Order: sequence, then C-alpha cells, then structure tokens
Amino acid sequence: MIEVRKKDLNFKFEVLREKGGDALLRCFACGTCTVSCPVRAVDERYNPRKIIRMTILGMKEEVLKNEFIWLCAGCYSCYERCPQDVRLTDIMTALRNIAVREGYIPEGVKLQIENLKKFGRLYEVDDFIARKREKANLPQVEREIADIKKILER
Amino acid sequence: MKGALFLGCTIPVRAQHYEVSAREVAKHLGIELIDIPHFGCCGFPVKSVDHKKYLIMAARNLALAEKEGLDIWALCSACYGSLSEANHLLKENEEMKKEVNQVLKEFGLKYEGKVEVKHFIRVLYEDYGLSNLRLKVRKSLEGLNFAPHYGCHYLRPSKIHKTGEDVEFPKSLDELIEITGAKSLSYYNKLNCCGGAVLAIDEELALRIANEKLKEVVKSGADAIILICPFCDIMYEQNQRRINSKLGENYKIPVLFYTQILGLALGIPVEKLGFEFNRIKPKDILSFLGK
Repeated sequence: MIEVRKKDLNFKFEVLREKGGDALLRCFACGTCTVSCPVRAVDERYNPRKIIRMTILGMKEEVLKNEFIWLCAGCYSCYERCPQDVRLTDIMTALRNIAVREGYIPEGVKLQIENLKKFGRLYEVDDFIARKREKANLPQVEREIADIKKILER
Repeated sequence: MKGALFLGCTIPVRAQHYEVSAREVAKHLGIELIDIPHFGCCGFPVKSVDHKKYLIMAARNLALAEKEGLDIWALCSACYGSLSEANHLLKENEEMKKEVNQVLKEFGLKYEGKVEVKHFIRVLYEDYGLSNLRLKVRKSLEGLNFAPHYGCHYLRPSKIHKTGEDVEFPKSLDELIEITGAKSLSYYNKLNCCGGAVLAIDEELALRIANEKLKEVVKSGADAIILICPFCDIMYEQNQRRINSKLGENYKIPVLFYTQILGLALGIPVEKLGFEFNRIKPKDILSFLGK
C-alpha cells in the first residue's frame, strides 16, 4: 500500500518543468508503452507504465534511486504508439537528468562521460586504431577534442 | 551532390567496414563526402545526464557544418537521431538557441539552423534515388536472402524525422536490399531494438535483447542480417560470441552493412568493401558470388 500523504506531491511538477517531462499528466495508464517495450519483453524490472504512475504519485526517492529509469533503451516504440502522446522516451530523459542532479548516476554512464572528456568521443583512437585506419586508407581523426571537454566541465 | 560525412564515436574505432564501404560506394556513385576534422561526439550519451549540455554538443557539430555550408550526412543512426532532434528543438526555440550560441561563441561558432541532417542511407534512397541506384547495379545478388534490421533512430521518432515512411511498416531498407537482386526477408521482430543503449548499464540485459532478434533472424533462414548503424553492429556482430557463451546460443550468422552489399551489387571489387573488418566472415556469401 502506498500512503500518498507521505510522498512528495511536488515531484510531478518537478518532472513537468524538466525538459521532456511536460506531457506526464496526460498518461491514462493504458499500458501500450509496456506491451510495446522490447526491454520489458525480456526483463520484468522495467515497466514504463508503473514508472509513470510512481512519478505521478510522488514516489520520488523510489523512482530516482531505482536502476529501472536507466533501463529504457530509447527505441521510441512506446513514443510512437502512445495514444496520449506522453512521449515516454523524453520522460525517461527528464527523470534521468533529475536523478543525476540528485547524485544518482550509474557507473557505466559516468565512465562514458569521462571518456568523452578525454577523447571527445566514447572510444579512444589509440595508435593501434590509427594504424588500422591508415592501412585501410581512412583519414585520421582527432584524438582529443578540447571543445567537448570544455562543454562537459562547465 | 555533396555533404559532410558524420562519423561519430563508434564508426572510426569499431566499424571500419561500414566507413570503408560507405566511402567506396559514394565515390563510385559520384556522391561527394566531405570530412570535417573537428566533428566530435553527437551528444547522444550526454542527453541522459544533462539535456542542455547535450544540445550544446550537438549544436557544435551542426554549427561546424553550417560554417562549411554543408548538410550533415550521418552513418550512425544514433548520431542521426541525436543531431536531428537537437536541430529540431533549436529551430523551434529561440531562447534555447540563444543560450547555446553563447557557449558556441567561445569556440568561434554560431548555430543558425541552416543545415539539414540526414541518414546516409536516406541520401541513397531519396536524393540519389532508388531508381537511379537500380540502374547502377552490375552484379545481381539473386539467390541470397537478407534480414533487414532497421534499428530505432533511422525512423523513430517520426515527429522529428518526418521521413513520410510508416514507422510500423517501413519499406526503404527492404527496397534498397531488393534492388541488389537479393531477397529481403520479413521476420517476427523486424522492428525491434538491438539493445545497444543499455549495454553500458546492464550488459546481460542488452545481450538478451539482441538475442531475441538473432533467434528470429536465424529462424527466417537469412544468409545475413543487414545493418545501417554501427551500434547495432556492436550488439549483433561484435557481441555475437558473447551471446553464445553467456546465453548458451550457437550463432554464426554474418552481419553486414548495407553499403557492403550495395558495393558488391554495384560491381565494386570485394577487397575494397571492408570485409576484412567483419568479425564473422561471410564466406558462404562471397563464395556464392564467386568472390
């Protein structure tokens, strides 16, 4: 049982104000998102309809701390089919952005950001790759991109 | 015809077969691909962390292309999705545009919203044109059966991409495959995601998502799965052995980029199409074609 009195009733407004979260309250809980979801099809931890309900009910901590908000693959299947145009993929982005600001960020994502700062892309172009490219007659690419580091360290 | 080739993060390091074959095909067709050395990550991985920084990273690339007066042609579907979305949002929102430009000024750049972003596959399909492409086929791949994998961001979200294709029943990749003479197969979960976006979060989950599709592709009797995105390649080709060992499967199905099979059909010599970079050698396909 969820006691709504004890929950954070402002959470839904926080999500509504966040980029991508503005259509949250349009959800009428039909479940089209969940049945369309390729992640849900193989993993019960992820249930987009439930995440929306929990958010609207103000279960802030339970949503932001939970790994499930990071399991959306961003495939936009639910986004295309939602009869209420809730744009769930964007809501997941909004929830993740809030979670990061509250200090919840998965290790894998942290690592990606570190790589982006160092190399300007997700993967390093090391000597081995540079030789491989040269052998294949491919033009060399920059190994570091200072602008990207500056953007990410703002 | 010319455009700025956008490689993104994955292609230069992990999908050289896509890059080599795309460049070769473009050269063969007289499509000019311009490299802009300062292009960096499209911003996609940053979107989940900080939406504003994502927009700035994407806009930086858009502004670099604008400076050269070129549209962006992306090979990676995630880059295409990410750059298109940023372009769409910034064109609509003056305030966001102003904010982004304040940062870009530091790099001597300005985003004005003058470039279009296209997937290279759509350049072939729409701009070069399917019928013109058909006229260039010299070597029919008749007898081969391919399973097209559209991936996610090539068509979805339709509100942003506005390709006019029915996202539930797309046909462009099927048609592109069929002009080579090969048969494009229909299979149960043709439009499903590869799982790539959750690889950094939960590897086993990503592998299980990819496995769902490989099961169906094999069942369809395909000689290979055909891709248009390097991250899908990471899942289906570069992780195929891992799927076998972790999930008890026994796949050995070739995974090819569309530009590789198009190249074969155009009569480009096989050694110019990057097959040495395929982890699963498409030996049967090449020997069937007498290569």
